[in-house]
This record gives sequence, structure tokens and C-alpha cells, in this order.
Amino acid sequence: MMNPLFTELRPAILATLVLGGITCGAYPLLITQVANATFHDQAHGSLITGKDGQIIGSALLSQNFTAENYFHPRPSAAGSGHDAASSSGSNLGPTSQKLHDALKERIAAYRTLNGLTTDAAVPADAVTASGSGLDPHISVKNAELQAARVAKARNLSIEKVKELIIANTTKPDLGILGDAGVNVLELNLALDNVERVFQLVPSK
Amino acid sequence: MQASDWLQFALFLGLLTLITKPMGLYLMQVLDSNGRTWLDPVVRPVEKLTYKILGVDPQREQGWKQYTFSMLAFSLTGALFTYAILRLQHLLPWNPQDLPGLSHHLAFNTAVSFTTNTNWQSYGGEATLSYFSQVVGLTFHNFVSAAVGIGIAAALVRGISDRKTSFPTRSTVDRVFQPGETSSKTRSTVGNFWTDLVRVTYYLLLPVCVALAIFLVSQGMIQNFDAYTHAKTLEGAEQIITQGPMASQVAIKMLGTNGGGFVNANAAHPFENPTPLSNLIQMLSIFAIGSGLTYYLGRMVKNQGHGWAVWAAMMIMFVGGVLVCAHYEAAGNPIHQQLGITNVDRVFQPGHEDQTSSQTHPTGNMEGKEVRFGLFNSSLFATVTTAASCGAVNSMHDSFTPIGGLVPLFMMELGEVVIGGVGAGLYGMLVFVILAVFIAGLMVGRTPEYLGKKIQAKEVKLAMLTLLVLTLSILGFTAWASVSAWGVAGLNNAGPHGFSEMLYAYSSATANNGSAFAGLTANTPWYNTTLGIAMLIGRFLMIVPIMAIAGSLAAKQAVPAGPGTFPVNGATFTILLIGTVLLIGALNFLPALALGPIVEHFLMGQGQLF
Repeated sequence: MMNPLFTELRPAILATLVLGGITCGAYPLLITQVANATFHDQAHGSLITGKDGQIIGSALLSQNFTAENYFHPRPSAAGSGHDAASSSGSNLGPTSQKLHDALKERIAAYRTLNGLTTDAAVPADAVTASGSGLDPHISVKNAELQAARVAKARNLSIEKVKELIIANTTKPDLGILGDAGVNVLELNLALDNVERVFQLVPSK
Repeated sequence: MQASDWLQFALFLGLLTLITKPMGLYLMQVLDSNGRTWLDPVVRPVEKLTYKILGVDPQREQGWKQYTFSMLAFSLTGALFTYAILRLQHLLPWNPQDLPGLSHHLAFNTAVSFTTNTNWQSYGGEATLSYFSQVVGLTFHNFVSAAVGIGIAAALVRGISDRKTSFPTRSTVDRVFQPGETSSKTRSTVGNFWTDLVRVTYYLLLPVCVALAIFLVSQGMIQNFDAYTHAKTLEGAEQIITQGPMASQVAIKMLGTNGGGFVNANAAHPFENPTPLSNLIQMLSIFAIGSGLTYYLGRMVKNQGHGWAVWAAMMIMFVGGVLVCAHYEAAGNPIHQQLGITNVDRVFQPGHEDQTSSQTHPTGNMEGKEVRFGLFNSSLFATVTTAASCGAVNSMHDSFTPIGGLVPLFMMELGEVVIGGVGAGLYGMLVFVILAVFIAGLMVGRTPEYLGKKIQAKEVKLAMLTLLVLTLSILGFTAWASVSAWGVAGLNNAGPHGFSEMLYAYSSATANNGSAFAGLTANTPWYNTTLGIAMLIGRFLMIVPIMAIAGSLAAKQAVPAGPGTFPVNGATFTILLIGTVLLIGALNFLPALALGPIVEHFLMGQGQLF
């Protein structure tokens, strides 16, 4: 009964080698070549480089911000937080005591930091961990609630900050796909650039 | 659900319906050894050369046993091939992060997982696997396990269809296994495994993947062999950014309903699913082949109404699942809402400052979900990926509300027949079709026949065997784990949710899905081994009886339909089929579901925490 299985091993091994060569050799190398030629930046992680040539991060990935003059991303369960080599969600379930306690703490901290009343509604995305731990976006509502704090810390008008929020909001694809979100890293970069302009003006 | 959600749902269903017929027609050509496609000028010479190297005659059809032996030999070889690569990872090239070889139990689990088209992952990709292991060890199976599944489905359809008139009978009957069969007018063969494997890979999977991978890169997916990038963040911290040949693997991971993520967070990761548009295309590619195979079925049996009836049964169950899941995820978690959470803004409104309006928003469950997808696309993806035996995730199912998480669990326990895995969905559904026809036959007191072929004790016994094996594996392993120290030690959540984590793991493994309530720490010798066995049971103890059914039906002479024949097209049949799937497929799991997500749902309503 086992004989037919053994006679089939020869084509099985040869098929593994031939199909392996094509699907694991030719195919990925072809894609790499074409991707590099046509969409070089995307193929290498949509990296953002600073003025000194140092890589700041990726436009697609969140990074940690704690200073008052920056917008803050969503909480992250990736590694010790925003670890772009160890993506992960919290995987805590709906009846988890641990998740409940974490949310309670984050909600209180968010209200204190942004000068909200103790019963103010807090956007869900501001206090829940994302699936990847690297969600680059926050909701528009979340950004608006942080705007006053950032404006004060930077001596900017709140109108200017809200203008930048709108400029850095990713709208739904094709107008209907997905939800709008504000890219935190790009928004914070835009804020830093505004500050440089303001500093240049008085020195003239 | 909001208006924009309905619009997106309609768009998804509309596009899926549009691609079903063209995909089915293309499958007709791909799964016919003499089929013609527009790729012939380029691919035909490579195809012929491949047969020459393999030493097989593509025109020589096999009986069901021969076909099964070829499939088993090929799967065994592939599993050993990947096991060796994973164990020897540290000695192989393309390993810029100097990652070590895998433990024997993790390598066993992973090799089985990818060979069986499950892609359960007990590890996090970016921290465990070198580029060589990803590209050579895993991408290989993403292609060929999909091709094998499609081949098995085609073999079963060939067995069902009455092929003696449409194909000239040549001396194609396998003499070793079917002695004395040469004079029969009915062909008792089911196709050639090697021809199916090669043709599906060359004509269907590779060309679509090339286009899909390039599109995904355009959306922001990475594709390189660089070492991980060291970035210095705006606040001066170091951030190490993962890199690698992702797009080439993700394209086939979706199209082949494999689902194994390149990185730990799978399609929730912004690199692995950069935009809502990439999300839509990924969901469509998960369903594309499975949906097209129902059209292929209709064509092959010369009863297109039957193909659409099967498709309709799948889609009705799918739409129901999406609506339930989306409803409960949007309704959210009352415990968290009491703490003061509102939903994220759904609509972009420049200058919108009315903060009180957020009080009236529905307060959905955003834990484990990404802002760019939002609540609806996360719920839709979760249902697609579990209906289709894909297992990729764009949100963390472990953090879903109890009923929101029950939907993916239920989809897997139906046996992955709602579209299902490529090929696996169709052959799984055809088992239910045979049972539905049998039940209908009992009700009217006639010998049941399916498309003119008599359904007898042998076919029904084999069909029931596949279902019982599935149930036994899921419930047996879950029960074992939940009373064992090694089982409970892996839990990330306590209370009924912890039980759900184990039930989800063995449902996912047995159904060859691969998604997880990912809090479960499964990278232990016990979990890796038992889940590996569950995956082997779910794949091969399904396929072998199904191939036996194919062989048995192939040898039967079809009789013309009479006035008492139960029609296998139209609404009555669709409803009967759904009823069969729900009663026979799902009823077994209700007690287990009651102990997990259902009891958790009521406890959540009372504010109970664990």
C-alpha cells in the first residue's frame, strides 16, 4: 500500500525544486526589482529623513510622543510601546480587569493633560491600543481635543494648529473607503516647521 | 451601521459578484489540461518543460487513489523541506538580523501550518524568521497549498460531473487502481494532480500575484532585502523599523487564503495593509478564487443555476455574519463606555467643533482596531478572513466584543464553507450539498440523486466522517487543553474569555484558518504539537474521504433527471443547503459557544470583570 506513495516521491521532490525555484526565487526577485524601479520610497518603508540626513521614522508608523508641545499617538502594545520591530495589539478581551484598569488610568490622564472636565467624553481611539501598536493615525476628534494644549505649549494660535490638523488629515480613500484620521508624525513635523518660520521672523 | 458603512459593504459585494463569472471561466481553462489562456505564448513552454523535468504525462488522468497519493507525497516533501529550512535558519542566507534556528516544536508547527494552508503562527514574524525562511520556506507553501486545494476541489467536481460525453475516452484509466475499467463508458478518473498543481500555480496564482504585489507596494507596502532601519524619533528615542520582502508574500497570502502574516500584527500593521484601498483589494483577493470556483462548478456540471445556488447559500450566511459582527462592534462595550469613552469621529468635517455631538455618537469598540479601517472595515475583514479560511487579520479578534468575536469563531466552526479556503471551501460545501440532497431524498422517500448520480450509503458515510472528524478535533482538543495545566498556562485572559481563546485556537487549526485570539501564548511544546496535529486532521482527514467520494461518484453512470428528481438549483435548494450547514455543521458547537462568548456577553452586560 505504501509503494505508490514512494513512487510519487520522485516527482514530488522535483516539483518542490522547480516550483520552489519559481515561486521563491524568480517571483520575489522580480517583484523586488519592479517595486524598486517604480515605487522606491514605498518599497523601503516610506521613510522620513530630517534636515541632517538622519532618518526620523516612517510616515506609515506611529512613534512615541510624550512632550506637551507634540500631539500624542494612540496607546501602543507593540513591545514596550511603538516598537516597530515587534508589532502587537494588547489582545485583552472585553471583560478583562487589566484592560478596564488601563482604560480608567488613560482616560484620567488624557483629561488632565488636555484640561478637560472630569466627566468629559474621551475619544475611544485616544485611550485604546491599536491592533498593530503602530497606528499612525488618531481620530480628528482626538486631535481637536489636544489642539489647545499644543497651541499653548508652542505659543501658537489655536486656529493655526487646527489648520495644520486639517492639512494632515488623511481622508477616506476614493471618498468612501475607511475612516478619516490625522497622521500624528506628519502633523508634529509640520508644527516643528511652523516654529522655525516664527523664530526666523524676529531675528530679521 | 452608518450610511458610509452600507455603501462600503455594497461596493465590496458588488465587486465580488462582478469578478465571480470571469474567474470561473478562467478556472475552466486553467483546470483543463488542454485549456487555452492569453498567457499561453509565454507560459506554455515553461509548463511543458516542467512536466518533462517531473517526468509526468499531463494528459494521463489518475484515479482517486493515485491522485491522493501524489498529493500526499508532495505535501510530505514540502513539509520536510520547510521544517529543514526553519531548523537551519541560522546557517542559511538572507538573515541580516542574525536570527537563530527555530525549536523543534515550533518548526514542526510552522511547517505543518503552512503545508496545510492554515498559516497558524505561534511566533511573531519580524522577531523570529529570516527573509530566507519567509521567502523560501513559507511563500512556497502559500502558492502550492493553495494550488493543491484548488486541485482537490476540481477533482471532486470532475467526479460529480458526467464527463463521458464532453471528453473523448482514451486509454487514460489508471490500470493499477482500476482494473477492468477500460471498457466502461464513464470515466472513473478525476484528473492529474501534477497537471493541476503546475497549471494553477503558473496560469492563475503567479500572474495575479505579480499584479497584486506591485499594487500593494504602490499603497506603501515594503519590498526589499534591507536590514532593519534605525531611526531617531523627533523626541530623540531610537526606533528600529522592520523591513523585508513583504509584498511578494502578502499577495499570495491573500489570494491563496493562507493568511500568515509577514509581521506579528498581520494586516493590521500599516506596512502590511497601508490604506483602506489596499484593505478592500486584499479582502476581494481572499474571496476571488473561492467565489469563482462556484461558477466553475456550475459550468462543469452544466447547471449554472446549481453553481449560483451554492454561491447564494454562501453569501447569505456571509452577509448575516458581517451584520451581526458589525452591529456588536459598533455597539461597543458598556463597561468601557461607563468609564467615559466616545467613538472616534467617523466623518471628516473641517472646522467641526461641536464637542457635545460626540456624546450622541455610538460608542464602538476600538481596542485592537486601526483608525484608518475603523469599526466597519475591521468587522468586515474579520468575517471575510474567517469565512474564507484565510486567517489574516486587520484587527485583533481577541479584543472584539463577545458576540463580535463569536462571528469569526462560528464561521470557522461551520467548516470554512462560506466561500471558504481556495478549493477547500468548495469541497467542504459539496459535502454539505451531498448531505442536503440525502436529507431531501429521505423526506420524499426516494433514493437521493445528485446531478443524476445516486447518493448511496458509501457517499453519505464518507461525508459524515469528514464532519465528525472536524468536530471531534475541535471539541476534543479544547476540552483537553482546558483541563490541563499546559493549556491554562497559555491564556492571556481569564474567565469565559480564556476558554474562548482555547476554543478559537483549535477551531482555527482544525478548520485550517490560522487566525487567533492572539493573546494565547501558543509557542509551547504542548500547544505547538496539539495544534499541529489538529491542522493535519483538518486538512488530510478531510481530503482523503472527499477524494474517495470523488472516485466513487466518478465511477457512477449518470441517469437523466426525472419528475421526482430534487432540483439542485433555485431558492428551495439554497435554503435547504443553509439549513443543512447550520444544523449539521454548527449545532455541535453550541454548547461550547455557550460556555465561551455567549456567557461572556451576558456577564459583560452586568459589568463582570475577570
